[in-house]
Amino acid sequence: MSTSANLVALYTVTRREVARILRIWSQTLLPPAITMTLYFVIFGTLIGGRIGTMHGFTYMQYIVPGLVMMSIITNSYGNISSSFFGSKFGRFVEEMLVSPMPSWVILSGYVGGAVLRGLMVGAIVLGISLLFTHLTVAHPLVTVATVLLAATVFSLAGFVNAVFAKKFDDIAIVPTFVLTPLTYLGGVFYSVDLLPQPWRSLSFANPILYMVNAFRYGVLGVSDVGLAEAMLVMLGFAVALAALGMWLLKRGIGLRS
Amino acid sequence: MSTLPALEVRDLRKTYANGVEALKGVSLTVQQGDFFALLGPNGAGKSTLIGILSSLVNASSGDAEVFGISVTRQRSAAMRLIGLVPQELNFNMFEKPLDICINQAGFYGIPRRVAAERAEKYLNELRLWDKAEQPSRMLSGGMKRRLMIARAMMNEPKLLILDEPTAGVDIEIRRSMWQFITGINRAGTTVILTTHYLEEAEQLCRNIAIIDKGRIIENTSMKRLLAKLDVETFVLDLADGCGATLPEVAGVKLGRVDDHTLEAEMSRTHDLNSLFTALSAAGITVTSMRNKANRLEELFVRLVEGGAREQAA
Repeated sequence: MSTSANLVALYTVTRREVARILRIWSQTLLPPAITMTLYFVIFGTLIGGRIGTMHGFTYMQYIVPGLVMMSIITNSYGNISSSFFGSKFGRFVEEMLVSPMPSWVILSGYVGGAVLRGLMVGAIVLGISLLFTHLTVAHPLVTVATVLLAATVFSLAGFVNAVFAKKFDDIAIVPTFVLTPLTYLGGVFYSVDLLPQPWRSLSFANPILYMVNAFRYGVLGVSDVGLAEAMLVMLGFAVALAALGMWLLKRGIGLRS
Repeated sequence: MSTLPALEVRDLRKTYANGVEALKGVSLTVQQGDFFALLGPNGAGKSTLIGILSSLVNASSGDAEVFGISVTRQRSAAMRLIGLVPQELNFNMFEKPLDICINQAGFYGIPRRVAAERAEKYLNELRLWDKAEQPSRMLSGGMKRRLMIARAMMNEPKLLILDEPTAGVDIEIRRSMWQFITGINRAGTTVILTTHYLEEAEQLCRNIAIIDKGRIIENTSMKRLLAKLDVETFVLDLADGCGATLPEVAGVKLGRVDDHTLEAEMSRTHDLNSLFTALSAAGITVTSMRNKANRLEELFVRLVEGGAREQAA
């Protein structure tokens, strides 16, 4: 297809994804708002008041970037895995497979939709956090780049999960048994400086640690990891997962017989 | 207009991962502008063949060209020429028919303004425009089938493949679908139809291929195929019933269905006059007469059963 035709197709896939997010807003946008409000009330206000400061910030201020990033990661992942698997389950993925759309357009459209859901939820959670504390963004470019990269990485990971999934249970296993533990152990609620060895060193094998800390650096200006290191980790995962997603689509694994 | 065939399939084979050999070297040609029937019993390989043509199934070997473009080596270019109406419903039940059609056009790179015009045109032609803004899960079975035809028309394909488009649809809607598809064909679109309603294929299609157990067992024009049928059975409705003994008529096998109905089986070349003379002489009055079975159905059963007997031998 020509470049303009590819752009029309890309816009169509992304628009359809955004329409889905808005159509079922009570499942896509409302739950993270409620969950994160509870986190802010319980961990930030009630418990956080007794914890004191961390890296020079109140505990509430310290956990806001982590919770925003956690929302972005889980929602980007959840959006693409449920939407793409749903299209396989309902067989309407065939609408795209029989079209002349190249694989990169299908992948980019779904990732675009998932990233946008991550951004919408991130904005909602950030807005709610401002009801509880005061924040200024220390490094706006780093903040934006980190949000986009992290959302892209987890959108791509969710896509790979959906390609291999054969039943709805298969798209719940990874978030429950992999994503949630890694997020909680990824420095959302604490600085890794507080951990004893070997847990401190082991934490650096967790990619979410780099995302949470890069975002915290963007917002607060403090981080447990180097910025360049964090960006490289995210870029590396994004490139590797994009290549895997393209390969799966081109080979038709889980999609074509 | 180019003289390339609309579809050329060459020695297409497909063996699934579980070892099932669905296609065992299928070759066939469909000329431009044809209305082509692809018939076969369940599990014969029709859907696998259509799956390969529409790139939903990867061929094990062989190739197929649509207007000279390979569906395996130039997938994207070939897919632009094809419209597919699959056997199973495969649209998002939560989306509206209008969105389904406009999105489908978008997947082909057709700008939204043009897509909206086409969606209105085809939804209107298929009598779905008043349902365009309803969630598609609210549509009746026949409407859902028509929606899939409208969706397949969004890229205005040169080759329209219909895999049992009228399954489970009442006769009135079926006739309106035939009318629409015939119109599309007259306008120049090549149509390939698979159906289990053989009278549908007989009425609509000019050429036919019958596939069974992954092989093409017949590929000819509908006229030639029907000419092969050498025996015809007529059902005769009687005015006053008939007695216990039926008259003997040379070359005609006469049987009683009930007191007011007879069946007469005879060669296609046999004249009907001798039958009516004999019936009149026996005091039997015929009020109406019709063919017992669909002619194509008789041939289809004969060909498929013949193939099965050959395999058993």
